Amino acid sequence: MLELLLQTGLNALYAAAYLSLVAVGLVLIFGVMGIINFAHGELFMLGAYVVVALYSGLQMPFVLVAAIGLVFVGCVGILMELSMFRQLRGNPLGGLVASIGFLMVLQALVAMGFGVRMEHVPPFTQDVIILSERVRLPVQRLIVIIVAVMLLVALWLFLKRTKFGWALRASAQDKEAAALQGISLRTTSLIAMFIGGALAGIAGSLTAPLISVTPTMGHSVIVAAFIVIIVGGIGSLEGAVLAAFIYAFVHTGVTTFLDGVIADIVGLALMLAVLVIRPTGFFGSADRA
Amino acid sequence: MPRWLVAVGVLATAALLLALPHVLSFSQREVLVFMTINILVVCSYRLLTLTGEWSLGHVVMMGVGAYASALLAKKVGVFVPLAMLLGAFTAAMVALVLSVPLFRMKGFYFLIGSFAAGEIIRLLWKRFRDPFGGPKGIKRIDPMPDFDLGIWNFTFFDPVSYYYFALLVVLAGLFVMWRVEKSPIGLVFHAVHWQDNLARSAGISVRAYRTLALVLSSGFAGLAGALLAHYIGTVNPNMFDIEQMVYVLTWAIVGGTATFYGPIIGCVVLTVVNEIVLREIGLEQGRPMIYGMLLIGTVLFLPKGLEDLFHRLSRIGLLFSRQPRGGQ
Repeated sequence: MLELLLQTGLNALYAAAYLSLVAVGLVLIFGVMGIINFAHGELFMLGAYVVVALYSGLQMPFVLVAAIGLVFVGCVGILMELSMFRQLRGNPLGGLVASIGFLMVLQALVAMGFGVRMEHVPPFTQDVIILSERVRLPVQRLIVIIVAVMLLVALWLFLKRTKFGWALRASAQDKEAAALQGISLRTTSLIAMFIGGALAGIAGSLTAPLISVTPTMGHSVIVAAFIVIIVGGIGSLEGAVLAAFIYAFVHTGVTTFLDGVIADIVGLALMLAVLVIRPTGFFGSADRA
Repeated sequence: MPRWLVAVGVLATAALLLALPHVLSFSQREVLVFMTINILVVCSYRLLTLTGEWSLGHVVMMGVGAYASALLAKKVGVFVPLAMLLGAFTAAMVALVLSVPLFRMKGFYFLIGSFAAGEIIRLLWKRFRDPFGGPKGIKRIDPMPDFDLGIWNFTFFDPVSYYYFALLVVLAGLFVMWRVEKSPIGLVFHAVHWQDNLARSAGISVRAYRTLALVLSSGFAGLAGALLAHYIGTVNPNMFDIEQMVYVLTWAIVGGTATFYGPIIGCVVLTVVNEIVLREIGLEQGRPMIYGMLLIGTVLFLPKGLEDLFHRLSRIGLLFSRQPRGGQ
């Protein structure tokens, strides 16, 4: 029983790692631009398909492919900002609808290019750390966890220590005051979209060998990410990371001990309950919501 | 407009709607039935948006009507038309229950909350095999019983017959929604959307009217779902997933939601584009692509939807037809 709990904990840790990468980007975009990016799950999916094309297809080294996934999807984020969100400033419903349109286009493009069947991505390492008879941690999962922690720390340092980070947080707090200080919302939006896209992209790239890769895989990711940002308090980065852990543990636990559909229901019910009881989430401040 | 012109217009429209299936191929007739049902869905969706709330659970409400009607007809043996009405009623009641938690939220929170509530219902259908049939859903749902009207023998496996029946039901639904919108209730819906604090200070229970809009729109969505279920004879959870919801959203937004006819235009135009154009050139897989681009294009370049285009076109038409007014 203890071993089962330990194994579930490790699985949850891995799920929390890539989920928090996705959710943090979503929160950042919402904070700076006021737009809920429904296409964020599809950015994750794009990251996975970069791996399908370059790693399983062209046999390029995995580290390089993951880096390309990060930059490429970040650039797709910039494309979204330039082509849609910039024109829809101050129209959150418009931005949301446009992002739904964008996700349909991305899904269709990938389905046309790769087909709708599940892609097989070979593992980049077969190594498994054997902690005991029944507690195993595949190195692939460990790498996802390590990279996620590194990127989140880097993001934290960027936001707290650099000038751009200050600018980003300033425009998230008060757009007008930030603009009066000479902070360009155009620039901060571009940075936010690049970071948001890049984090989703690398999460997709790293997990591609571990999950089933299909053009519609973004759906379950975006639902999980929404649950995470609502529970964590929309607009709160720390809340998102913490909520990702809570959600991953609950979801993995229920999946292990009951079944997957029940786990999905529990997750959604958790989100509904938070929305009803405390719409600002557990870590969001009241004025931000 | 003189009264005789209105009468001629109504008669011409009626004749057109009655004659329409006879100029179409069999598969196009089937599409026509779906489109007729979808018009009810998208118009009922607009009824909710009048109060300013955008739901992502509307298609699931349609599914509630479909499942309820199918189960009542199949397991209890209720007469099919009655089961359809009860299906619509069930959807309205489920919406009433859901309104309690959901209307503690507004705007984006309502949007995401309605999605969560709908998705939970859909997952329950998927999970519980006993009444709902699990992922495969319910099959062999009783069809509408055939009957002979003297002038037309209704056999409901035939799309033409079902089209006439659905048309009648949908027109009745549209008429009710039209009357509601033009009544004082409809004015309050607008007030709740644009001036909710003013409405509240005038003694209007904003929440009660929001609930009324949600219950009414869900009821009509449920009716549409029941119509669909007894036509195709099967329902399953995937028929009512978020993808379908996005299609309804696309019809409403591309058509425009400011007027009653906007969503109808959106639904008709996009169905024609999809079924005639895409199917003819064999690009059916491209449907999400086209819908997505239309959605983005509409939001960016035609924020009021196609109805605005029609509006402008008719204004241009008027310029040529109408005598210039004096003093201009």
